[in-house]
Amino acid sequence: MQIYADNAATTALSPKVLEAMTPYLTEVFGNPSSLYRIGAKAKDAVEAARAEIAELIGAKNANEIYFTSGGSEADNWAIKGVCKMLKLKGKNHIITTRFEHHAVLHVCEGLAKEGFEVTYLDVYENGIVKPEDVKSAIKDTTALVTVMYANNEIGTIQPIAEIGRICREAGVLFHTDAVQAMGNVPINVEEECIDLLSLTGHKFHGPKGCGALYVRRGVRIANLIDGGAQERSKRAGTENVAGIVGLAKALELAVSTMDERRERLTKMRNRLIDGLLNIEKSRLNGDRDSRLPGNVNMCFEGIEGESLLLKLDLAGVSASSGSACTSGSLDPSHVLLSLGLPHEIAHGSLRLSFSDDNTEEEIDYLLKVIPETVSYLRSFSPLWDKIKSE
Amino acid sequence: MAYSEKVMDHFANPRNVGEIPDADGIGEVGNSKCGDIMRMYIKVEGNVITDCKFKTFGCGAAIATSSMATELIKGKTIDEALKLTNKAVMEALDGLPPVKVHCSVLAEQAIKAALSDYYTRLGVDPTPIVGVIKECDHDHGCGCDL
Ligand SMILES: Cc1ncc(COP(=O)(O)O)c(C=O)c1O
Ligand code: FES
Ligand SMILES: [Zn+2]
Ligand SMILES: [Zn+2]
Repeated sequence: MQIYADNAATTALSPKVLEAMTPYLTEVFGNPSSLYRIGAKAKDAVEAARAEIAELIGAKNANEIYFTSGGSEADNWAIKGVCKMLKLKGKNHIITTRFEHHAVLHVCEGLAKEGFEVTYLDVYENGIVKPEDVKSAIKDTTALVTVMYANNEIGTIQPIAEIGRICREAGVLFHTDAVQAMGNVPINVEEECIDLLSLTGHKFHGPKGCGALYVRRGVRIANLIDGGAQERSKRAGTENVAGIVGLAKALELAVSTMDERRERLTKMRNRLIDGLLNIEKSRLNGDRDSRLPGNVNMCFEGIEGESLLLKLDLAGVSASSGSACTSGSLDPSHVLLSLGLPHEIAHGSLRLSFSDDNTEEEIDYLLKVIPETVSYLRSFSPLWDKIKSE
Repeated sequence: MAYSEKVMDHFANPRNVGEIPDADGIGEVGNSKCGDIMRMYIKVEGNVITDCKFKTFGCGAAIATSSMATELIKGKTIDEALKLTNKAVMEALDGLPPVKVHCSVLAEQAIKAALSDYYTRLGVDPTPIVGVIKECDHDHGCGCDL
C-alpha cells in the first residue's frame, strides 16, 4: 500500500485544477499586459481569478488581492513592506509567536538586525497563543502583529478573530500567515479584522509557486519586487497566468468541499490519534480540538524521527518529522521546542497530514504499521532501555 | 539529501543488532539531547574481536554507520579496530550526506569506547591506547547547553 500522508508539505495537483490551467499553458499564452486578444484573454483570466479569491476569503474588493510566487514571498512582503513604511513614523516593534514558519521568523530576525524590537509570544503547551498576551504586548511603537492562522507542524488553529479585534481596537496592523488554514477552515478577512493575509496554492491541490497576499485597502505597504507595472505597480513580473487560474480554481474547490472534508477528516484523524496514543510513552503534540482536520503530530519516546520516517517510507508511507536529523540541522523543530518539549522527546516526532485523497483503509494500515515500526526501532534503542528502567 | 544504496541496505537490514550478555567491553557515546546514542558490545579472545553487536538510537545514518562499523571490526585484531576511522566507515557505505558525517564519527567513537571499557576491566589505563572519547562533537547553535 502506498500512502501519501504529507499534505501539509504539499498536495497533489487536482485534475480539475490542471484542466482549468491547461489552456493558459497552451493556446492562451499571451502576456496579460499586451493589447491583442490572446493578451487580453490572459488578463481577463487573471482578473477573474482575483475576483474569485477576494470573494472566497471575504475581501470587499478584488484589488485587495495581489498575486505572488507563493507563501514565502507573501510573508516576506507583508512584514517587510509594512515595517518599512511604519518605521518612517517611528514604529519599530513587531509582535509574533515563537512557532511561526521560517518565512516569518527569519524576516523578523532580519528586521531585528535593522533595529526592530521583536516580541515572540509564548504558545504554551497546547500550541495556542493567548489573545490577552497580544493585548499586553502592544505598545505605542508597535508596527505589526503577525500570528499564523494554523501551525504547519502541529496544526493548531489560533484565535485569529479575537487577535484581529484586539489589533483593530489598538490601531495596529494585523498580518496572518494562513498558508496551512486556507481551504481547510472558514476564513473571512472582514469579520476577523485581518489587514494582511498570506496564502499559497500548493497546500490545497493547486500549483506550486503561486500564492497571494491580501492587503486591506488603505494599508500602506512598500514594494518587495520592483519593476514593471503589474499588480497595479505593487508587484512587478509577468503574471504566472496558469498558476493564478489554478490557484483560484483550487481554492474554489477547497472551499466548496470544506464542510464535508472537515467532518470526514476530523473523524479519521481522531481515530488515528486514539489508536496511536495506545503506544506506550506516546503523546499528541498540540491541542486536540483547535486543530486542522487533517493534522496528526505525535512523539514516541526512545526513537528518533528520521529513522521512523525512513522505515515508514520502506513500508509505503510518506510522512514527515520535526526531528533534527530530517532538517539537516542538529536541533529538533523550533515548533516542538516552543511547546516546552525536551530535545530528546522532540527528536521522536511524526507528522501525518491528510487531504481529500486519503481513506479509512489507509488509517487502518497506519494503525498497524506505525506501532510495529515504533516497537522495532525501540527494540534496539539504548535510550528506550533507559526509559524502561526508570 | 539522499542516502546511498549501501546506507539504505544497512538501515533496512542492520547487521549485528542486539546485545552480548557476557561482553568483554561495552561502550556508549552520544547523547539523547543530540538525537543519537550508540552502544557497542565487544567480545575479545586473545587479541581478536570475535563478536560485536550494537544498539542505536538515532537517524538512518546513525543506524547504518553502527551496522557497518560492527561489520568492519568483527574478526579483526584490537590494533586493527583501533585504526578504524569514521572515513573508512563512510567509504564502506559509499558516502554520507555532509550533515551526517557526525554519525560516522560517533560510530568510530563507540568502538573506541567499547575498547576503552575492555582495557578498564583488565585494569589497564585505556587513555594512552585508545585516546580521549568525545561526548558530542558538534555545535547545536540553539543555545542549548550541550
Ligand atoms: C505556514 C507556512 N507558511 C509559509 C509557507 C511557505 O509557502 P511556499 O512554499 O508557498 O513559499 C509554508 C509552506 O511551506 C507554510 O506551511
Ligand atoms: S542521529 Fe541525527 S544526524 Fe545522525
Ligand atoms: Zn551533540
Ligand atoms: Zn540543542
